[in-house]
Amino acid sequence: MISYDIVIIGGGPAGLAAAVSARNCGVENILILERDKELGGILNQCIHNGFGLHTFKEELTGPEYADRFIQKVLDLGIEYRLNTMVMDISEDRVVTAMSREDGMYQIQAGAVVLAMGCRERPRGALNIPGYRPAGIFSAGTAQRLVNIEGYMPGREVVILGSGDIGLIMARRMTLEGAIVKVVAELMPYSGGLKRNIVQCLNDFHIPLKLSHTVVDIEGKDHITAVTIAQVDSHNKPIPGTEERYTCDTLLLSCGLIPENELSNKAGVKMNPVTNGPIVNEGLETSIPGIFACGNVLHVHDLVDYVSEEAERAGASAARFVQADGKIERSENVVKLIATDGVRYTVPCTIDLNNMDELQTVHFRVGAVYTNCYVSVYYNDERMVHIKKKIMAPGEMERIMLQRNRLLKEEDLKTITIKIEAE
Amino acid sequence: MYDVIIIGAGVTGSAVARELSRYNASVCVLEKCEDVCEGTSKANSAIIHAGFDAAEGSLMAKMNVRGNEMMGKLAEDLDIPFKRNGAMVVCIHKEALDGLKTLYDRGIKNGVKELRILTREEALELEPNLSDNVEGALYAPTSGIICPFLLNIAMAENAADNGVDFRFNTKVEDICRDDKGIWHLRTNNGEYKARYVVNAAGVSADVIHNMVSENKIHITPRRGDYCLLDKEVGNHVSHTIFPQPTKLGKGVLVSPTIHGNLIVGPTAVDLQDKEGNNTTAAGISDLIAKANDHVKNLPMRKVITSFAGLRAHEANHEFIIKEVEDAPHFIDCAGIESPGLTSCPAIGEMVGEMLKEKMSLTEKENWISKRKGILNPQELTLEERNELIKKEPAYGNIICRCESISEGEILDAIHRTLGARSLDGVKRRTRAGMGRCQAGFCSPRVMEILHRELGLPMEEITKSGGRSTIVLERTKGTNGGEA
Repeated sequence: MISYDIVIIGGGPAGLAAAVSARNCGVENILILERDKELGGILNQCIHNGFGLHTFKEELTGPEYADRFIQKVLDLGIEYRLNTMVMDISEDRVVTAMSREDGMYQIQAGAVVLAMGCRERPRGALNIPGYRPAGIFSAGTAQRLVNIEGYMPGREVVILGSGDIGLIMARRMTLEGAIVKVVAELMPYSGGLKRNIVQCLNDFHIPLKLSHTVVDIEGKDHITAVTIAQVDSHNKPIPGTEERYTCDTLLLSCGLIPENELSNKAGVKMNPVTNGPIVNEGLETSIPGIFACGNVLHVHDLVDYVSEEAERAGASAARFVQADGKIERSENVVKLIATDGVRYTVPCTIDLNNMDELQTVHFRVGAVYTNCYVSVYYNDERMVHIKKKIMAPGEMERIMLQRNRLLKEEDLKTITIKIEAE
Repeated sequence: MYDVIIIGAGVTGSAVARELSRYNASVCVLEKCEDVCEGTSKANSAIIHAGFDAAEGSLMAKMNVRGNEMMGKLAEDLDIPFKRNGAMVVCIHKEALDGLKTLYDRGIKNGVKELRILTREEALELEPNLSDNVEGALYAPTSGIICPFLLNIAMAENAADNGVDFRFNTKVEDICRDDKGIWHLRTNNGEYKARYVVNAAGVSADVIHNMVSENKIHITPRRGDYCLLDKEVGNHVSHTIFPQPTKLGKGVLVSPTIHGNLIVGPTAVDLQDKEGNNTTAAGISDLIAKANDHVKNLPMRKVITSFAGLRAHEANHEFIIKEVEDAPHFIDCAGIESPGLTSCPAIGEMVGEMLKEKMSLTEKENWISKRKGILNPQELTLEERNELIKKEPAYGNIICRCESISEGEILDAIHRTLGARSLDGVKRRTRAGMGRCQAGFCSPRVMEILHRELGLPMEEITKSGGRSTIVLERTKGTNGGEA
């Protein structure tokens, strides 16, 4: 069996940044496995700009952002295999991969970094009633058809869900000459970034109807119309509020789910809130030597944060390999608790002996909060209290924890993050 | 001119076609859709029923029990997966326990083997996720699960390999009989002539029947909504769990599918529209509520798709399989609702025997009884799979990541007898697109393969034939050139 120090599953933004980081930490023997025909992942179809504001202080398109990292991978001579699907990962880090050229084979990995990204929630998962005609796409599928394949799905579009890809596609389809009639969002707030609502909907006079959903799909062969209706506080459609829109295309942008098949096959413990693995301060899963980063861990809204998180995972994987897998786990483990409006945290635990000087904790809120406070409690004592003008589920939040500050705390067992009115 | 024309390429028409392909006769199947398995056959519970439901002494009971008996060998011959996972009819009201006995007695009289009545404890031991209210159950170990698409496709393929012609996108619009007793079938694709006609038109069997007979029949499309759940929860139950039956049918069942998903359904709503296979919000919430009566903690958040099927319900709830009195040489297979899927091999056998006798058909010497399915690389060892990829590199290229379906399987599906021509055609033959992302990832890739292999422009590739095209036109600036 061939072996590598680190095998990275996925050559998108997370996998690329993890690889570069691990190499910079001194690990030579790294392999990236990518299922597509080129590196870059989903960024290759994200031809709009707005990427890299944090990382590079400039606005790049998706392919340009990916290219910065691809160049680093090439310059560092990091190995990668394209058109290669990982079929299985075992608990002892044997990776089973497959491609046309190399057939099916196994690799013993010193450490594995999971970086498979996420997928879109399909119509079926939403239980939208009606016929099942052609012309219904998840927004990302339509994005691929338009931006990579060069085909327009249709000319009259309705979009359900206001996730970022849906918003981006509203603008993209409009620029291609289609009429986007309405974007309906089930929740009373958008699932996307504020800047995308402004730049992709408002600038093109595309109406966004909050607290609305699709209640019927017409068309036996091809979609001909959809009916949307307002929903009540239990997300039930309100009779009498129906509006019918003729259309030849329905795009769905109703949420993303980490692509967790391989995580499950490996047997790592999963977080039911994020649908990604549970990880510690080094983004290590419940199985030692298997790390996770990017959208497979939890869905991000900015690629910059994916890269940053992946760097951390790459560095942790390097450290694991360099210690021959013998990293002492201390008794000094703090549990992070998400409560009162905070849906989850990444990581879930912090080992004070193993953590960096500065630890980033990502989290999301479960509703829109205005003029509220993010509070952080060390055990029962409130230590951080930051006023926030607005927080929304569509925008990931983060706080930084300082190691020396945590060490000062006597018998620290839990860190609780919550939203407080005052 | 054909000896026999069969109208409809669902499970009934395809089973009859396969049986007739044993004989020296020219046979043609006319199908209005672009593929086999497009009507009732594609959207049902996918259960091979044991046979305790149908009325004692009915043709339905006879066909059901015989079909169930035949299914094991048929699945083996056609190289399709089939499993006798067993069914349980669950009683949740003490006062209804007698009903189990009634079913048991009926089953015994119908000839169902191995039936048993279970106590609450026995039932829970077999199926721990039954409702806490379970009082007892009827257990039928011979009940099974199958892939209705593959059963239908495999029977049709095998028939075609034995010389049966299939004409797709061909809708019968009128039928008349000339003075020589020859049937003339007018279709959107010209006229077809035959000595015998078999009506296997599913929910439209009444329309076809009424073209030739003064004794009108009526088929009611009875819609059933279903939810299909992720494979992650496919083992929530391991048997097929039924409530006790009512006048409207066998009720909402919960069952694993042969491919490892969990299916919940159907509802029962009578319609006028023979194409009304749209799901409704009311239907879906109704079936969720009903399924929860008998199985606890149903993980309905794991639904990956919902769909509706139409059962071909005839007022007497009985199969009509016979020569039409006032239309000689015209055989009806009408009212084939549940247990139609189970019964199809028996119906094929019955109609085959009937025509053999009437037409004095002789058996072919070289009839091919077996059909080889699409290779499933997931059943191979790593070494075997490696060998396969060396020979056929397309098996190393995964197209559908949810179900791990390779390009090799898709190429086989396209190029074999009665091959796939649409996304749904590929999906039903290979499962590409049937997983939890519901074709979000693989559909552009499958489109490219169809485009390349069939030489069809991307704009003409469909989801399921007809006007179900997927893309409309090139984007700006890409006209005439490759993107």
